[in-house]
Amino acid sequence: MLLETRALTANYGQFGALFGVDITVAAGECLAIIGANGAGKSTLMRSITGVIRNEPGMVLHKGEPIGALPSAEILKRGIAMVPEGRRLFASLSVEENLLIGGQARKASGPWSLEAVYDLFPILRERRKNPGTALSGGQQQMVAIGRALMSNPELLLCDEISLGLAPVVIRDIYAALPKVRQSGAAIVLVEQDIGKALAVADRVYCMMEGRVTLVAKPAEVTREEVHSAYFGVAA
Amino acid sequence: MYRLTTRTRAGTATQIAVLVLVVAAIALPAVTSRGVIQDLFFILTMLTLAQIWNLLAGYAGLVSVGQQAFVGIGAYAMFAGVILLGWNPVPASLLGGLAALALAVPTAFFAFRLQGAYFAIGTWVIAEVTRLLIAQWKALGGGTGTSLPREATSNIIGTDAIRALFGVREAAARDILAYWLALALVVVVTGCIYWLLRSRLGLALAAARDNVDAARSVGVDVRRLKWAVFLIAAAATGLTGALIFVQTARISPEAAFAVTDWTAHVIFIVVIGGIGTIEGPIVGVLVFFALRAALADYGSWYLMTLGLAAVAVMLFAPKGLWGLISARTGLHLFPVRRRLAGPKIEGGN
Amino acid sequence: MIWLDTLVQGILLGGLYALFAAGLSLVFGIMRLVNLAHGDLIVFAAYLVLMGVTLLGLSPWVAALIAMPAMFALGWLLQAAVLNRVLGKDILPPLLVTFGLSVALQNGLLEAFSADSRRIPVGALEGASLDLGLVTVGVMPLMTFASAIVAIVALNGLFYHTALGRAFRATSDDAVTAGLMGIEPKRVFAVATGIAMVVVTLAALYLGMRANFDPSIGPARLIYAFEAVIIGGLGSLWGTLAGGIIIGVAQAAGAAVNPEWQILAGHIAFLAVMLLKPRGLFPRAVD
Repeated sequence: MLLETRALTANYGQFGALFGVDITVAAGECLAIIGANGAGKSTLMRSITGVIRNEPGMVLHKGEPIGALPSAEILKRGIAMVPEGRRLFASLSVEENLLIGGQARKASGPWSLEAVYDLFPILRERRKNPGTALSGGQQQMVAIGRALMSNPELLLCDEISLGLAPVVIRDIYAALPKVRQSGAAIVLVEQDIGKALAVADRVYCMMEGRVTLVAKPAEVTREEVHSAYFGVAA
Repeated sequence: MYRLTTRTRAGTATQIAVLVLVVAAIALPAVTSRGVIQDLFFILTMLTLAQIWNLLAGYAGLVSVGQQAFVGIGAYAMFAGVILLGWNPVPASLLGGLAALALAVPTAFFAFRLQGAYFAIGTWVIAEVTRLLIAQWKALGGGTGTSLPREATSNIIGTDAIRALFGVREAAARDILAYWLALALVVVVTGCIYWLLRSRLGLALAAARDNVDAARSVGVDVRRLKWAVFLIAAAATGLTGALIFVQTARISPEAAFAVTDWTAHVIFIVVIGGIGTIEGPIVGVLVFFALRAALADYGSWYLMTLGLAAVAVMLFAPKGLWGLISARTGLHLFPVRRRLAGPKIEGGN
Repeated sequence: MIWLDTLVQGILLGGLYALFAAGLSLVFGIMRLVNLAHGDLIVFAAYLVLMGVTLLGLSPWVAALIAMPAMFALGWLLQAAVLNRVLGKDILPPLLVTFGLSVALQNGLLEAFSADSRRIPVGALEGASLDLGLVTVGVMPLMTFASAIVAIVALNGLFYHTALGRAFRATSDDAVTAGLMGIEPKRVFAVATGIAMVVVTLAALYLGMRANFDPSIGPARLIYAFEAVIIGGLGSLWGTLAGGIIIGVAQAAGAAVNPEWQILAGHIAFLAVMLLKPRGLFPRAVD
């Protein structure tokens, strides 16, 4: 298994945020994690990427415990993150933002500056601009490109459609199949159920810090998803 | 039926103990030597400075590295009162407090525009500027400094009575007077800080440390409160400075505006004892004095040890020695936390 | 032409202050760390160079070159072992720790080298001067200024055109996200402090060659350096040079009126700039 969490718990001070979450991600798979605000999706991402440290055995990468490693070590193992809210570096240009994504992990793979520019041609035009001078959609492209630059085996995308216009979301989602073709597994954290079900191989639904549903999109009914998402039958 | 209180059993015991200690301290000169009185004077004045700095940095978030400005200006104003106006040193010390207050107004006006590290450096620069300006004051000895005139030190108010009471020489009587004044000052300063922290204003200060908006919602104008704290702290620091130099009777810009003596040592006392508590500076000043006494013969080793001790405390026990004691025993001699008092709630624990 | 002479001397003096300040500016810009021991570290490095000259018989330049890697290691260790542990939102812990280090270092130097004034011998260069027609300038001040420019160009090159510099800026912007990019903020900070100490060694070389020094002069150098950094604005190295020049010129002008006013004039210039522009003249980053 590429990535696995086992009875993952996390809390902020006295407030529990995750209560025994088990998920698995296979190599090359596309997974969607859906859930309402406060369901624990972002906390899950932060736990996997080492922003929140856990017990070592709570997160496994190819069977090895990585739950207590710092973020930088996680990245070097091939798990890259597109953080919620893009979080581009304000003092870096678009190109520097992309370059910094690839400078810590020297792994061979399909992704390079040129490949990212081919994926999102608009970034080539804007490469000298400060990252934060771009539109929201373009910033999201930089954030995705930045994560790809490390040629990850697993790409975690936290709310990449949040706050963007539908037409922009469509463009960004259009890039995901090309990412999959390069062999990387993807975990999409989404509030948009429709988007998630359309691209994912499997979907996890979370509510109040717990997994409430695991299913393949084709095998699940709308009602089941709704009740797992909102906790009530729709 | 329920009320908020800061009263605890340890707190009440402390109040009684403090009362007993103060009475004993007043009577102390009758039974001890001049050397002990001088040591105690040193401890009490350093404790006053430490309590004040703790209030500024530990509670009000005003990390000043320029408190020597107020010690120095207070001392020099006292000297000016004695030498230029012919005042008696004791009332002239009040002039010291006033002068420090007057200096604090432009200092605050300037420094409050700065944040964090800028504030620290800004206050330091102002202290340097004050020192350099005072060094230009030729009537008070310029850069080399001056001494209190013999006739001024020989008839300080009250020394005659002390000589008669204890049968001591004039110089010893002066030390005893200075010691009593220092005792009064430390009790008043500590008492006022304790009162402030227990009041609604103290709550607002604590809230402002974490979040200015939260403090505003308590209904207190934090900016004005910080101004007030800074000004009063400056005045008290100036008084302390004046008193210290009444006792030494000799002044120079280097000594009066020494960043090491009046700020670095004071900071170390607070840090080692425990910042953000009233007990901390008390513990700190005792450790400071013990270190000084133990390493007195080793020159600069003493200051090196002190500096490294402060570093070690910040690294391994950021709440200081009192923090360690308090965490281990749950003891708060000067409780400022509000607790709910009243009948036990059913089903509660 | 006295005023022109004063201006030129002031600008050149500003070069020395910019050298004092460049390392501080780098560290302050990257991690908002207020290192109150910076001045004492300059003095420490000056003694290190002096020992190379007097004990090993090296030329000051060679001694400084050898001291640089040692100071880099010291800075790296200081950051990794001590300062990284107290960095955070609250500026008080690093402030207090570096204040403690400052006092410890001062007194350690006092114990090791006594309070006597020392100077790094440079031979003929010491009094040499250059006639530029309108003004005559000392070779040593000129070299100091040139070194400051070189140091700032080099630091800027590092900062804006290398992967390490990218990591510096990214960590300064957002340390958590930098971590997600595989950059370890603590390691980056340690390298930054190491580099700052290399610049400190250069500053120490000129400090020791131009004038007498003793263990007590660190804090004053720290204040000049900080004034230069703050006047220039957080994170701008050229701003730091401008800040150094402003203080240098103010000091030279003050000294021209009355020698006792030299230091005072520099401080007053700083206060004036702070009143008009509390964030400095060329602020790059937000703090």
